[in-house]
Amino acid sequence: MSAMTIETQEEVLGKAYDVRLMRRLLGYLKPYRRSVFWAIVCLVAGSGVSVIQPYLTGFAIDRYIQNKDVSGLNWIAALYILTLILVLAFGFLQAWLINVMGQKIMYDLRMQIVRHLQTMDVAFFDKNPVGRLMTRVTSDIDALNELFTSGVISVFEDICKLTGIMVVLFALNYKLALVMFSILPLLVLATLIFKIKVRDSFRKVRTALARINAFLQENITGSAVVQIFGQKKKQYLRFTRINKEHLDANLLSIFYHALFLPLLQFISALAIGLIVWYGGLQQLSGALTIGTLVAFIQYSERFFRPISDLSEKYTILQSAMASSERIFKLLDTRPAIVSPEKPAAYSINKGRIEFKNVHFSYNPDEPVLRDVSFKVEPGERVAVVGSTGAGKSTIISLLSRFYDVRQGEILVDDVNVSDFDLQGLRKSIGVVLQDIFLFSGGVSENIRLGNPEITDARIEQAAETVHAAHFIRKLDRRYATEIGERGSSLSVGQKQLLAFARALAHDPKILVLDEATSSIDTETELLIQDALEKLLKGRTSIIIAHRLSTIQNADRIIVLHRGRIKETGTHQELLQLKGIYWKLYQLQYQE
Amino acid sequence: MNKENYPLARLLPYLSRYRLKIVFGFLMVVLTVIAGLIGPRVLGYVVDELQAVIAAENLTFFAALIVGISFVEGFFRFWMRKILIGVSRDVEYDLRNDFFSHIQKMSLSFLQSRSTGDIMSRATNDLSAVRFVLGPGIMHTMYAVVLTLIGTTYLLHMNWKLTLLTYIPLALVSVTVKSFGRQIHDRFRGIQEQFSAISTHTQENISGIRVVKSFAREESEIDVYKKLNREYVRRNISLIRLTAVYFPLMTALIGMSSIVLLWFGGRQVIESHLTLGDFVAFMGYLGMLTWPMIAVGRIFNIFQRGSASMGRILETMNTPPQIRSIPGAAPPANIRGGLEIRNLTFRYPGTQKPVLQDISVSVPPGTTLAIVGHTGSGKSSLVNLIPRLFDPPRGTVLVDGQDVKDWPLSELRKSIGYVPQETFLFSDTIEENIAFGRSAEMAASELEWAAYISQISADIETFSRKMETYVGERGITLSGGQKQRIAISRAVAIHPKILIFDDSLSNVDTYTEERILEELTKVMKDRTTILVSHRISTIKNAHQIVVLKNGTVAEKGTHDSLMAQDGIYADLYRKQLLEEELNIT
Repeated sequence: MSAMTIETQEEVLGKAYDVRLMRRLLGYLKPYRRSVFWAIVCLVAGSGVSVIQPYLTGFAIDRYIQNKDVSGLNWIAALYILTLILVLAFGFLQAWLINVMGQKIMYDLRMQIVRHLQTMDVAFFDKNPVGRLMTRVTSDIDALNELFTSGVISVFEDICKLTGIMVVLFALNYKLALVMFSILPLLVLATLIFKIKVRDSFRKVRTALARINAFLQENITGSAVVQIFGQKKKQYLRFTRINKEHLDANLLSIFYHALFLPLLQFISALAIGLIVWYGGLQQLSGALTIGTLVAFIQYSERFFRPISDLSEKYTILQSAMASSERIFKLLDTRPAIVSPEKPAAYSINKGRIEFKNVHFSYNPDEPVLRDVSFKVEPGERVAVVGSTGAGKSTIISLLSRFYDVRQGEILVDDVNVSDFDLQGLRKSIGVVLQDIFLFSGGVSENIRLGNPEITDARIEQAAETVHAAHFIRKLDRRYATEIGERGSSLSVGQKQLLAFARALAHDPKILVLDEATSSIDTETELLIQDALEKLLKGRTSIIIAHRLSTIQNADRIIVLHRGRIKETGTHQELLQLKGIYWKLYQLQYQE
Repeated sequence: MNKENYPLARLLPYLSRYRLKIVFGFLMVVLTVIAGLIGPRVLGYVVDELQAVIAAENLTFFAALIVGISFVEGFFRFWMRKILIGVSRDVEYDLRNDFFSHIQKMSLSFLQSRSTGDIMSRATNDLSAVRFVLGPGIMHTMYAVVLTLIGTTYLLHMNWKLTLLTYIPLALVSVTVKSFGRQIHDRFRGIQEQFSAISTHTQENISGIRVVKSFAREESEIDVYKKLNREYVRRNISLIRLTAVYFPLMTALIGMSSIVLLWFGGRQVIESHLTLGDFVAFMGYLGMLTWPMIAVGRIFNIFQRGSASMGRILETMNTPPQIRSIPGAAPPANIRGGLEIRNLTFRYPGTQKPVLQDISVSVPPGTTLAIVGHTGSGKSSLVNLIPRLFDPPRGTVLVDGQDVKDWPLSELRKSIGYVPQETFLFSDTIEENIAFGRSAEMAASELEWAAYISQISADIETFSRKMETYVGERGITLSGGQKQRIAISRAVAIHPKILIFDDSLSNVDTYTEERILEELTKVMKDRTTILVSHRISTIKNAHQIVVLKNGTVAEKGTHDSLMAQDGIYADLYRKQLLEEELNIT
């Protein structure tokens, strides 16, 4: 929904042709230059053959029909059939080559975007709503496909045919051709005016449609307010006004379209009139045959046909340019966080963590972490507590280098996280978030997450260890059960156990855990506690604690308040301080 | 005709409003076709005349005739398009208004059960597909039918043998369109399915990007994507295999009839059964008459898509509004604002578990009821029943002694000033937002008063355009607290008998809150007030306090009596003191 409003805002119409964008787009053709070459050959050949057809008709009239030569007529008919077969063959080859190539280019582009998206940092995804990014991979790419397969090709084909016709006409009778083409300036003028008018009215229609969308959205999301305040009528009248603007804009656009087509036909009739008049005079003086005259008339009809659907092609071109602009903008956005060229370390061995005077903020002026320093020794278990907005989850994000610190440094095994190989660092840190994110697919895929080193046996063993196996066995297809839609069929406790199994199967050196806050029944609660003990054994861990048992079992507790570490110590030590922890304890943990 | 099976039939009443225009448009279609058919005929005469001896001035006459006829045809064609396509826009306008008006009547539970995007796409994308039926669909059908009928009749009259022979390939065109059409449709659907699989996966990948990154699963994600993408390309190529044959084949078939004409027609000219002029005219007609054959497929497609879309629109428009006034409903003679809730148990439509259980409270006119409780205890659900945003069971919620269901909906809601939990303001001026509930203009002094009550006046003074300032995307971004305060002004501005604040001061700082409450007390004096809040400070002075827990009334009394009870309320109170202390640290 939010994506929709953004898309309507993005509906700004740009140029239909942009040299810079076009050059870059053509770059995608390079791997397929052989296809392009043969497609062009087919296209030129096909256009060439089809241009012969009216000439054949004219020739048949002059040579055979008027001279009553039946066998000659048979020959021409046979030749005509041959041209049809050739046009069919060339047409098929060209369509096949171009469309298959189009698909392959779309494949490449789509992969390129998806690959690029995987490298982007988390801050980028914070800023860009899912819907907007989806559009790049889906409809924007489709618009480009349209450009490659119909847009560019048909424009090229039209150009071929138009030149072909012009060449033939000048060859047949250059004087008549000149007379006929004298209407060209008129044609160009009409088309230009039309293009401008249509673009203007199109823009008006788009603006009106965007307003309709915005209004609709607002009135659906705000329907409670409209209903309670009894303002249906007022809003309805407003809607009819906006709707009327849309109607008027459309009626204007209908006017131009209704005018353009007859105008083109009129100009074409003007050309035929000229041919009849001047060609007739020439025929009378013996300078022109009837067959040539008929051929001329047919050619002029073929000449005007491509021009009439020009506006359609123009729209394709326009939207493709807008799409490519958006796609390239995305591709040109560099990720802010990348793996160092020469990493100082590829994986975590000991599991020692140190935060040294870390400062961090998502937005300038809104500090989230202020001068945070702490150490976690290998195998140590540290709990982080604090009220909401204290900066607890930020610590997790920074450790996995989802964001870079503003100031200070974070060391893992005495190596700065930004000197670590990014993938290696993240692979050695197991993250369990409050709400497990489930991908569509089976239970085992959701534990394995595509890591080929994790065998089925290891998955089952992990599930067994963290007590997830029990409920998985009850699912109708056990480990193969599909659990899409964010696992709506699973309870909060089950999801948590599944998340534990996932983390355990990946066997990380360091484990960071954001405990679920939701209440869980006592039985599951006990299972979770036991599973947690097993999961944490032998690993360095940082836990954002929401359960009393967790903080009690921690080696050390860090109390975070408004981005600063205010107190540290064991549960008992902190209680005795009677400070922030004591208050938090009363508020959050005490039954 | 069974209307369920023919969603498009529902368009007839809309179309009948414009029947005069449609009849006139049809007339234009006929005239356009006739004028168009004259052109090739004239060319035929020219050729025949040229074979004999023709005077130069005759040539000029024919040339002028061709241009003149084209002008007449163009004139008719212009009006044909303008009228018929125009009607489709008119109907689209009417239909969209009706759709909007229907959506307005729907209850919250209906709107919440559907995504906004889904409803919107019906009002735009689906409507546009229906519009295509009404405009190009109907116009092309009329044109194709009239052209085929008149054109074929004329050709048969001219030379029936030649006509029948040249029509054989044309008939094949229709057959090809139909048989290919089905297959293309099927394969296209396969592509759409794969496309949505790609969309789903992309969405998942982006939404779960943190997990992907945490487990360093980027490469395996790319692999999954590669597979989906490859299958998508494979399906597309299977469609291309069809279309790459289809379009050239059509051209070839159309070309076949040209050959028949050239070969058979040519022989007839040689055998003097046909003049050369007729032959040339025939050639022109053939070019015109191939169009309807090709268009059949496209028209069919337009109708098919339009019908599916109309079905979706009707699905929404056929759903009757669940919450409405019963016939003959009348408000009580004297509206004072007394509220009574009697043994209320409430479940959301389509769910099993009750969110409210056996609740009874009585609020005399002019008194204040405060409702507290944890998140999810049912506070909002309870107050939402009073203005019938959701329907309570009969006899459980009474205003001034009358079941809310027996009130006329508009009267009931007019007497309630409601400040919802999630503040919703329209992207309009502040003035419009405050006066939103008023049907008549609001005097400047009254506006000032409403703004003053919620303590937003001072903020408004700092905006460059004061009351005229736009809020939202096109204007300034207000803070959560400012929005809440405007919503309070909006509720006060309608001078309601009952005021409901659903946790409406949560984003306002404690100091401002106190000032607002101070001002509100004056307003609340002769009104019934329902206050839902997390903050004890907000509700301390209420006449009655109800503590909800898991949808039931856990405690009931005044601040003092509840403190003495030392239960949930007292615990909440103590925790809040602690929280305040924490905030000061």
